[in-house]
Amino acid sequence: MTVLEVKNLSVAFHTESGPLEALKQVSFSVPANRSVGVVGESGCGKSTLINAILGLLADNGEITSGEIIFEGDKDLARLDPTAMRGLRGLRIATVFQDPMGALNPVLSVGRQMRDIQYRSNLSKRDKDARSVAMLRKVRIPDPESRLTQFPHEFSGGMKQRIAIAMALMMEPALLIADEPTTALDATLEVATIELLKDLQRDIGCSVLFISHHLGVIAELCDEMIVMYAGEVVESGTTREIFHDARHPYTQKLLACDPARLSQRVARLPTIAGTLPDLRRRPSGCVFQPRCDRADAQCLTPPPSAVLGGSHIAHCWHADIPLGAMNA
Amino acid sequence: MIWRTVRRIMREPLGAIGLTLVTVVELSAVFASGLTSYAPSKISPAERFASPSLLHLLGTDHLGRDLLTRVLYGGRVALLIALGATAVSLVVGVVLGLIAGYGPRWLDNVLLLIFDAVKSFPTVMLALTLVTLFGPSLYAVVLVVMLVNVPGYARIIRTQTLVLKSAEHVMAARSMGASAGRILRVHILPNIIGPILILISMDIPVVVAIEAGMSFLGLGVRPPTPSWGAILNDGFANIRDSYWIVIAGGLPIVLTTLGFTFFGETLRDLFDPRLKGRS
Amino acid sequence: MIRYALKRLWLGAIIISVAMMMMFAMVYLIPGDPASVALGPRATLEMKEALRERMGLDQPVWRQFVNFYGSALHGDLGTEVLSNRPVLDVVMEQLPFTLALVVGGITWSVALGIPLGCIAAVRRGGFVDQVIGVLSVAMIAVPSFVVAIYSLLVFAVALQWLPAIGAGEPGDLASRLQHLILPSLAVGLGWIGYISRMVRASMLETLEASHIRTARAFGLTEHRIVYTYALRIAVLPTITLLGVGIGHMLSSSVFAEIVFARPGIGKLVYEAISVRNYPIVSGAVLVTTVFFVLVNVAADILVGLLDPRVRSSFN
Repeated sequence: MTVLEVKNLSVAFHTESGPLEALKQVSFSVPANRSVGVVGESGCGKSTLINAILGLLADNGEITSGEIIFEGDKDLARLDPTAMRGLRGLRIATVFQDPMGALNPVLSVGRQMRDIQYRSNLSKRDKDARSVAMLRKVRIPDPESRLTQFPHEFSGGMKQRIAIAMALMMEPALLIADEPTTALDATLEVATIELLKDLQRDIGCSVLFISHHLGVIAELCDEMIVMYAGEVVESGTTREIFHDARHPYTQKLLACDPARLSQRVARLPTIAGTLPDLRRRPSGCVFQPRCDRADAQCLTPPPSAVLGGSHIAHCWHADIPLGAMNA
Repeated sequence: MIWRTVRRIMREPLGAIGLTLVTVVELSAVFASGLTSYAPSKISPAERFASPSLLHLLGTDHLGRDLLTRVLYGGRVALLIALGATAVSLVVGVVLGLIAGYGPRWLDNVLLLIFDAVKSFPTVMLALTLVTLFGPSLYAVVLVVMLVNVPGYARIIRTQTLVLKSAEHVMAARSMGASAGRILRVHILPNIIGPILILISMDIPVVVAIEAGMSFLGLGVRPPTPSWGAILNDGFANIRDSYWIVIAGGLPIVLTTLGFTFFGETLRDLFDPRLKGRS
Repeated sequence: MIRYALKRLWLGAIIISVAMMMMFAMVYLIPGDPASVALGPRATLEMKEALRERMGLDQPVWRQFVNFYGSALHGDLGTEVLSNRPVLDVVMEQLPFTLALVVGGITWSVALGIPLGCIAAVRRGGFVDQVIGVLSVAMIAVPSFVVAIYSLLVFAVALQWLPAIGAGEPGDLASRLQHLILPSLAVGLGWIGYISRMVRASMLETLEASHIRTARAFGLTEHRIVYTYALRIAVLPTITLLGVGIGHMLSSSVFAEIVFARPGIGKLVYEAISVRNYPIVSGAVLVTTVFFVLVNVAADILVGLLDPRVRSSFN
């Protein structure tokens, strides 16, 4: 069973200098009880993707084509705002990147946790009891007394755990985690990832995990997609992509990951060039201006090269494995 | 250049209303003597409390004076005081602001404290105190306007001066041995003239209101000089029977303050959105 | 936070001393001898001398200055010569009327300004937003005494919906409130505009915050997001603004009290000036200034108390 299936999703923003195509023909799916990672540089369309799924695109943004099928029967791209709001927080929950600003600073944590249970007809006391139980699950010490405290009285790591507790309290079918560990230091990051894994197993939900940090994805996710300039360039199981990346962009991304470098280097490697202007997409392959394998063929749209199983790379030269590139 | 600015202002609905009102008020004040055949202070007991008619478009007051004439001439008084008092406050404000921004640190601190102290006074209490000291007169009005406006102007000049003082072209001039006076005149003043002009157009309604308010209380310009505030006062005494007098006195105040405020807001939004935080 | 409050208190103390200096200068500099002015032309030389001595006018200037400060610090603002009552008593008797007016003005401005600002922010860029924007500017621009006279003309004289004169029957709350409606509207109208603009701006800023995105992601209703989650933060600057506003409202209340023939500090000062009763003028201005300074410090502390982020830095 598939919890979320995104098919050919395109999103455009209307700007003063013309339409900006932030997502182009994005397709992937999130199976039940699985974790899918989305990886890419900042500006690759990760946030737009989340906002499109949640129905929270900015006023000038629009889904121009495609479908977002949720739990098999609802197309989130066409759902009316009220029905969409009914799903948010109940069936689809989100943990955002910035734990410092993610909670309302002038309302107590208990109040905010009670407010998100507004659909349930439990008494105030029972709601608070659920909040306490949830805080205990994310290992907040002494949760009863901390319910009356305000967000600034918690550390960054604790705030992020509270955000996770809030997201999972209604036992959603899908948890979207938008770089939830980026703002935390390394030790906290590991602990938070472990916590997320445990809770996911407990509750039995699917996770869509957005990160630019390959290590975190490898740790947590079963499958992953690689995005570049609003397009999916490669997708497959985490194992397939980490061991046999075929898209030149993915290969470069892996080569630039500090954790995977084989020897000490003075300067971390980077990918030469910059992201294309999304108002004037390059013709053919979107990565072609920065790609050192580009040739005349790459000026036409690349094929979806199926490399066995679920592994797909959108590239004319998907036949060259990672090792061959460095030679 | 001027026409382009005018066209930009007229494109904004608020700006169009504002500019039109400002122009009408100014023209009618300038051409007051040509627009009416009555003298502003001519008393005619036979025509006391005449309601508006073709002969007296706005009616007459308790002394039989034509109200339209007094409103037009009152506009002259209001605008002259507004421009004069603003100009004086501006000069004082610029001088104090430059001293604070360019002078030694301790002087800056003392001046800032004085600005804050003066600004914190309730305006009318300030006016009442000053009038008690110096007696009701035009000068009292100018003094009140200065005390209200100077701290604001001086603060803005001070900030801009501090910013510009560390700007590259000023540093360069200084390193080439230009005198402080020359740096102020050539490099700093021209750069702060824009924001100041916008502030003035937003402060003119405040000055008009201070003059009218003080004259309404009998603390401003002395009768028989025509003033909108004084007309309001005359009308207030007879509000139950001769409503047109207060209408004649209040309407020009409303139109002038609205006109200048709309105009100033549009100017600010178009040319200096940074000033938005003020007020 | 505590340092900030202390700084505000310190500035307040300076403002009050400057005010006292001005009050002293006023009593000292006024043309003519206050004793003669107070006693009128028929007073004998002995009477004048006696009064001069009682007022301390026979002592050197610096001595008078020190005395003035000293007794003012003890709450002694001198004696009102005509009725032989302490100035402070006379002023304090009028203070509640002016306070009622200012509180009424605040009520109008908060009750209308905050909802207008919220609506404008929610409908940003739309027709409703523009109308509220123009209305707000207009309310700010029009002087309060014109509002007072015009509202008197329309609602009290022409329509006769509301009473025109006085503060109402003592002890009769309904009558008092009825008499408060128009004058407090005149006092508060401009601040409806200021507050609606301020709330609109800070609401727009707050709605951009990431915790609002979180609240949306949890499916909270837009109503609750705007009016609870965002408004709680967006109203905080209003309190500081009102601190300044109270000074302006004290100013406007002079006009409102004269136009509506209400008792109050403004009317007291105005009438004292016309009969050259200087101790009353200086006493009333001083009390008003002290009140204003205290309100501003209180407003700053209130912001602190309402904002848990600031509140915890107290501990």
